[in-house]
Amino acid sequence: MSKLTRRTVLRGLVGGAAVNVALPLLNCFLNTNGTALASGAPMPVRFGTWGWGLGMNKDIFVPKKYGPDFDLPEEIVSLAPIKQHMNLITNTQAFRDNYQNLCHYTGWVIARTGAAPKDRNDIPGETIDVTIANQIGGATRFKSLTATATGDVRNTYSYENSNTPNAPEWSPLQFYTRLFGPDFPDPNAPTFKPNPRIMVRESVLSGVMDQTKKLMQAVPADDRARLDQYFTGLRHLEQQFQQRLEKPEPIAACVRPGEITVDPAMGQEQEAIALRHRMMTDLLVMALACDQTRVFNMAYTNANSSTIKPGYEKPHHTTTHEEPVDMKLGYQPVASWFTRRAMESWAYFVEAFTKVKEGDGTLLDNVFIYGTTDHGYARVHSLDHIPIFTAGRAGGKVKTGLHIDGKGTAGTRMGYTALRLFGVDKPSWGVNSNNTSQEVGEILV
Amino acid sequence: MNSSLRKALLGSATAALTTLLLAGCAGKNEPENPGTPPRVRVITTEQYLNTIENVFGSSVNMDMKFPPLRRVDGLLANGAALAGVTSGKIETFQRAASSIAGQVVSPERRSYLIPCTPASETKPDAECAKQFFSQTGRLLHRRALTDEELSSYVTAANQAADRLQDFYAGIELVLESMLISPEVLFIIETTEGDVDDQGRRRLDALSLASRLSFFLWNAGPDDMVLKAAESGELNTERGLKRVVESMIASPRLEDGMRAFFDDMLGFDDFDSLSKDPLVYPFFTGATATDAREQTLRTIIDHLIVDQKDYRDLFVTRETFMSPALAPLYQIPASRGWTEYEFPEGSPRQGLLTQISFVALRSHPGRSSPTLRGKALREHLLCQIVPPPPPNVDFGKLENPDAHYKTQRERVAVHLEDPACAGCHKITDPMGLALESFDGAGRFRTTENGATIDTSGDLDGVPFDDVIGLGQALRDNPSLPSCLVDRLYSYGSGGAAKPTDRPLMKYFTAEFAESGYKLPDLLRTIALSEAFQHVTPAKKSGPSKAHEPTEEIVIDEQLPATTTVDAAGAAQETKQTVASIAKAR
Repeated sequence: MSKLTRRTVLRGLVGGAAVNVALPLLNCFLNTNGTALASGAPMPVRFGTWGWGLGMNKDIFVPKKYGPDFDLPEEIVSLAPIKQHMNLITNTQAFRDNYQNLCHYTGWVIARTGAAPKDRNDIPGETIDVTIANQIGGATRFKSLTATATGDVRNTYSYENSNTPNAPEWSPLQFYTRLFGPDFPDPNAPTFKPNPRIMVRESVLSGVMDQTKKLMQAVPADDRARLDQYFTGLRHLEQQFQQRLEKPEPIAACVRPGEITVDPAMGQEQEAIALRHRMMTDLLVMALACDQTRVFNMAYTNANSSTIKPGYEKPHHTTTHEEPVDMKLGYQPVASWFTRRAMESWAYFVEAFTKVKEGDGTLLDNVFIYGTTDHGYARVHSLDHIPIFTAGRAGGKVKTGLHIDGKGTAGTRMGYTALRLFGVDKPSWGVNSNNTSQEVGEILV
Repeated sequence: MNSSLRKALLGSATAALTTLLLAGCAGKNEPENPGTPPRVRVITTEQYLNTIENVFGSSVNMDMKFPPLRRVDGLLANGAALAGVTSGKIETFQRAASSIAGQVVSPERRSYLIPCTPASETKPDAECAKQFFSQTGRLLHRRALTDEELSSYVTAANQAADRLQDFYAGIELVLESMLISPEVLFIIETTEGDVDDQGRRRLDALSLASRLSFFLWNAGPDDMVLKAAESGELNTERGLKRVVESMIASPRLEDGMRAFFDDMLGFDDFDSLSKDPLVYPFFTGATATDAREQTLRTIIDHLIVDQKDYRDLFVTRETFMSPALAPLYQIPASRGWTEYEFPEGSPRQGLLTQISFVALRSHPGRSSPTLRGKALREHLLCQIVPPPPPNVDFGKLENPDAHYKTQRERVAVHLEDPACAGCHKITDPMGLALESFDGAGRFRTTENGATIDTSGDLDGVPFDDVIGLGQALRDNPSLPSCLVDRLYSYGSGGAAKPTDRPLMKYFTAEFAESGYKLPDLLRTIALSEAFQHVTPAKKSGPSKAHEPTEEIVIDEQLPATTTVDAAGAAQETKQTVASIAKAR
């Protein structure tokens, strides 16, 4: 008897009859204690980033105590509900080395690529999420997902290279449609009907790939790299089609969210951004719960944030520079108001992962989130005292609930830690002074 | 005469003759120029949509947006020659393709979008598929498909139709794949030896057809242009002239120039424009959309319909009005878009005084002389205003003192502090003249009860108010030369190099001679030798960053390159604040 594979069964069913049969080689659900997939593979561990603009005010942001049980000064008081799920490392540095301090740019670019940019067009290497997606993102429907709460499609912290940003989802409606619209392969659907058109699509697509190969010889080397990237994208598309021909494994936590039929109002008012952030977060978290991706990026705002406080004439960025320091308070009250709102959104983001049950714990247990900003004290564009957040336990490899003193060392240590956690085999990460081979050992189990 | 002198004279005579001959080859007075590298450009959203509309008509409905390009050397279009395609972007292309293909074969459209009827709807029909793909494939690929390609598309369609028992589904799925094929999504320029000028290379006729078409129409070439390329007509001077003339006369020129000006003026910023609803409750999304449209209508009408002087766009009182805009202009609203002329003496004269400039270049809750001055310099004069130094002391700006009533008083500190003054001298004096308009673009004469002083100067030309500023801008020599630079860069896919200075000067002189008429400039560029010729493909990249310098440099946006005379040419294009000051 010839070997019967899942694929041959499905190919035989291409006529389109609804099937409700057990397929060979397919096992359902988790193992009995819920800590791993039935196949014995551990629960997937996902990597994500979160970005906010314009740093913080040290005196009211940095906890006085280190280690567990740290205090929450007024600017981060809203982090109380997530304190035990996150780490805060303060007093890190981004080193610009011989390049200019490009305001609101150098800092986050170093945090995400490990290297100082030479100018504003420069992204000196792929961002960390891309590296990790190349490592772990190949098996899911989306290699990675990127979103912004600003409503501006230009706001992203994720780049393949200087000329290839991963454009963010900016519209909750479009994000919903992409994730949970008609093409959503609901893992818990009672029946599974492979769409014969998808199979035809897949075979037609191979013709396109042949064309690409031929073209490769005709263009200059620089452009060849671009075509190669396109070719990789096509292969991923093909893989998406293949996945849609196979009945996905059921996932208990995956629930298609209520349909979004209309976008919230556009605008940069803080409340509008917070609302968009909540909507995008909820969609993203469910996409992870449904194992649609294992790598994600969320930008609460861009570095040069133009969030507005209705009735106050200056947007956030301008406020950090032009608002006077209140002598009695010792800080810029409106600038701090913006940072406090950002922290509320960070708390919402992290908490959203705890609301999805996964195995014995929550989704957050199987996630590692890296939260970065562009400056320490944005008012003077400082590249020292930069705070970094992490959240989640990365499948049990990471401890949380700590405040750590970075002691002025390179912030890239946290990026390096993340890379190691996800099995990226690099002896070090970063360029020149930002180069490090030292993990943030305090958070490792 | 001694022999060395004779030699020198002979040498210079030969050189002069050579120059003359070369100039003869290059057309009227066009200086010799090696041309541009052949480009590989990613198609933009607008180009894709325009092409689809030209191929399938406007009944195919498309609501899609591809990820934006990076603005390089002043234009998003330049980013197309550098942009890569991520997996996410391919997915977007695929969704678009799927939607378009589905609509093309839909029962209500197939009768007129597919040129034949299959013998049976449930079976493959190779002949009909061939007819469809050879026509459509040619327009989408911007060249005829080879026999091999065509037969592979037809075979794929037949197989698909067979499997799905549906002729139209076969067409649909193969069309979908064609719509994401690399030759549709990338505009790849290929070259050939120039038969008329040995040793040089030029775009082959099909690549030239595409370059012209995306330049003038922002869409792929149509049947007429392709035919001219296929027949060799485009390779002849006469043929090229005929084609360019009819392209300029086509209504599609308006689409092309709308796209260009939208890019040049940085109108992509409208996509994220919002105003503080408490400060400007009347400024809505519709206001923003219409403000952008108003300016584009004004430009197209002025430059293409009426063929007027480009510079007069900055002093004209003629425009178009919509109901959403009328309240901001403090005039009665009429239905829909109507032509409108501001009365003589009105402060609304020229593009700088339109909402699209004064509101777009403001903060959400207040006006900004600096943003306005910077936009004027960068978008209209092609100059670079350096970003503020990172260690700038903002302490002096932090003045909550209520006795500073106007922006002029508030930003005065910019000009007093030497660290700030360098850059702010470049932006603030013209920005302050625009203080006649608040952050939403409404006219005002006072701020917080104090009369607004709108006097200032632009590169040494003093003025009293915004009308004077418009006039000074109109007469600024950088205004037309900037348009020339941007158009050439837009058409050829990358910024002009310092070595292109003589060519830019030539284009600018021709533009002046024509009375600054846009269609004439388009013709000059499109017919130029430089536009058709190519240099060996080189590593391309955006212009180098500005090194930190003591001196504030306003330089024309010409990227430094590694060519021998780059330093000299770059030097020539630089003006320092000191030299501007000296000129005053």
